[in-house]
Amino acid sequence: MQNSSSAADAGHHKPASPRVAGSRKNVGRAVVILASLAFLVLLLIQILYTTGATTSGFADWRPILAAYLFWAVAIGVGQVVIRGERGLRALFLLPAVFFTVAVVIFPTLFGIYIASLDWNLSSLEGPRFYGFNNLIALFHDTYYWNALGNMIFYTAAVIGEYAVAFGLALLLNAEIRARKFFRVVFLLPMMLSPVAVSWMIGKSLMEYRFGPAATLARYLGWENPAFFASPWMAWLSIQAMDAWVSIPFIMIILLAGLQAMPKEVQEAAKVDGANGWQAFWHVTFPIMLPVSITVLIIRIIFKLKLADIVINVTAGGPGGATDTVSSFIYRVYRDRSNVGYGTGLAIFYLLLIIALLTILLRLSNRWTQKVE
Amino acid sequence: MATFTSASKPVRKHHPAPWAKRLLGRVLIYGALLFWAFVCLFPIYWTITTSFKSAVDVTQGHLIPWLDFQPDWKGWRSLGLSPDTIFGTSTSRAEFGSRFANSIVTSVGASVLALILGSLAAYGLSRFRYKFGWMRNDDILFFFMSQLILPPVVLALPFLVLYKALSLLDTRFGLILLYTLTVLPIVIWIMRDQFNSIPIELDEAAFVDGLSTWGAFIRIVLPLSVPGMAAAFILSLVLCWNEYFFAALLTSTDAKTLPVMVASQTGSQGINWWSMAALSTAAIAPLVIVGIFLERYIVSGLTTGAGK
Repeated sequence: MQNSSSAADAGHHKPASPRVAGSRKNVGRAVVILASLAFLVLLLIQILYTTGATTSGFADWRPILAAYLFWAVAIGVGQVVIRGERGLRALFLLPAVFFTVAVVIFPTLFGIYIASLDWNLSSLEGPRFYGFNNLIALFHDTYYWNALGNMIFYTAAVIGEYAVAFGLALLLNAEIRARKFFRVVFLLPMMLSPVAVSWMIGKSLMEYRFGPAATLARYLGWENPAFFASPWMAWLSIQAMDAWVSIPFIMIILLAGLQAMPKEVQEAAKVDGANGWQAFWHVTFPIMLPVSITVLIIRIIFKLKLADIVINVTAGGPGGATDTVSSFIYRVYRDRSNVGYGTGLAIFYLLLIIALLTILLRLSNRWTQKVE
Repeated sequence: MATFTSASKPVRKHHPAPWAKRLLGRVLIYGALLFWAFVCLFPIYWTITTSFKSAVDVTQGHLIPWLDFQPDWKGWRSLGLSPDTIFGTSTSRAEFGSRFANSIVTSVGASVLALILGSLAAYGLSRFRYKFGWMRNDDILFFFMSQLILPPVVLALPFLVLYKALSLLDTRFGLILLYTLTVLPIVIWIMRDQFNSIPIELDEAAFVDGLSTWGAFIRIVLPLSVPGMAAAFILSLVLCWNEYFFAALLTSTDAKTLPVMVASQTGSQGINWWSMAALSTAAIAPLVIVGIFLERYIVSGLTTGAGK
């Protein structure tokens, strides 16, 4: 199962446990088997107890969590006893693996199970098996599809964020004074919590009656500066806030790419008589393409999780124009306490994301190879 | 004709004097820089000053303290943090204090846990070759990194049910576990990069000196990787401090964090601008300070995290 061998330094390492004594190996195996058995028995007792088959068990599942921890430790000890040096090496990876299995893999699988239930947490009935009905209901849920449609626009807006961020990175990369000052200032929005930003910008700066942004808009001739009344304006306002928070991230990555670029390339372009725009379009931009694609993909991944600002500023309104999938599911749970349906929506969304990212990664691989 | 055009060419293509062009370029660059600096700073400035305004000053849009309006501790008094109330008892300060403490405990706890788990895994992945079924090192790394795409909603509702069964709802420990999983991939990525930059010869020298695998890691490699650890730690801290989604779903009274408190105040009717502004200021202040003084760690964390 778990098996490690030295990477490039095979010759220098102590030989990885050539022969651990047979009895020691057996002790190790016994530890692993006993621990696994104990864990399984505890699990079984608790499952039987919660389903009502038996009368003795624990009040809650916490002992199972503790048992899992002990089991993980026992596996680690077993690895070391059985495999010696190679077990010690496996010990580096095992904590993260056990942690991830417990808090990511298991809950995701559990989520798939929940998605097949009709389960209203606030009602007394408890879960009821529902099969694929949640999935079928999902296809008829116009609000959900509306939210998915919005995600396309939100994702497309990443290109705009990228353009602004590239401009800022070029500015910071130019020969300027007080570069450090500007870099710190440009980075600041990223540090702020989206919830605080929701209030600072969404609810106070853009406040209809006396927010400075509304005042400025009136001064510029927009008589009725309601930032969150019409669907498109509301979407733009939310997007602007999200861009404000996330442009610094894109900018910093692009700036690092620009600074890693050899100066000679720029100078060669100038010698060839290229003007500023030509030098950028034919030299800088192609060189920056791999970095750009990476940062765009990361940004899209984060964009697909957008929720905080929407929840706190518009709650998805007006008429669902600003809804994201996450904020919609949040409301599904808050308003209806329907765990089964909400999880079903989330799992379906996850599958869509995986499909989208697989395509994106394939495309970007092909594209960067072609350019190179 | 030919002579005429060629003669007129320099006139037509007459460039402004180089210094003028250069000056124009400078003005444009600094203009753009200052404009964006204004865009970044104004909301922060507005929030901080609003916490010192009375209602009239807010509605009339006064902007500059002492010139436009007389600053007053109004917002801070409502939080119990103004000079005249700081020594008295205040329920709102007690609430704010407990939220603040929750935020600190959960974000520091999760960052430390993620740093421990992530550094170990990253060191293993950087130095040894693993085989886990069909998975090799690259697959294992991909397995960890792929968790980044998991949207919080996928985990939020299962965790709600699981935490209910585990009696971990509304506990700091429960939040710490969740925050750890959200930052673990980033920590692994940064730390692996850090360990890869430390020559493997150092490990080998340590083995020659009789240190074990773990001895070499703890005594030799770990002290050298402090910059990467600082970057990973601070970046995790920022992400956990600002996290709202899980906290909003999984906490109700005891373990509420600062973002949840800010959000619950905005929802209430008849909202006091000055106290909201004071609360927002207090919520963002720690990170603004981190951003100003520890900026280079954040930048280095981000650029290893994504620049490759």
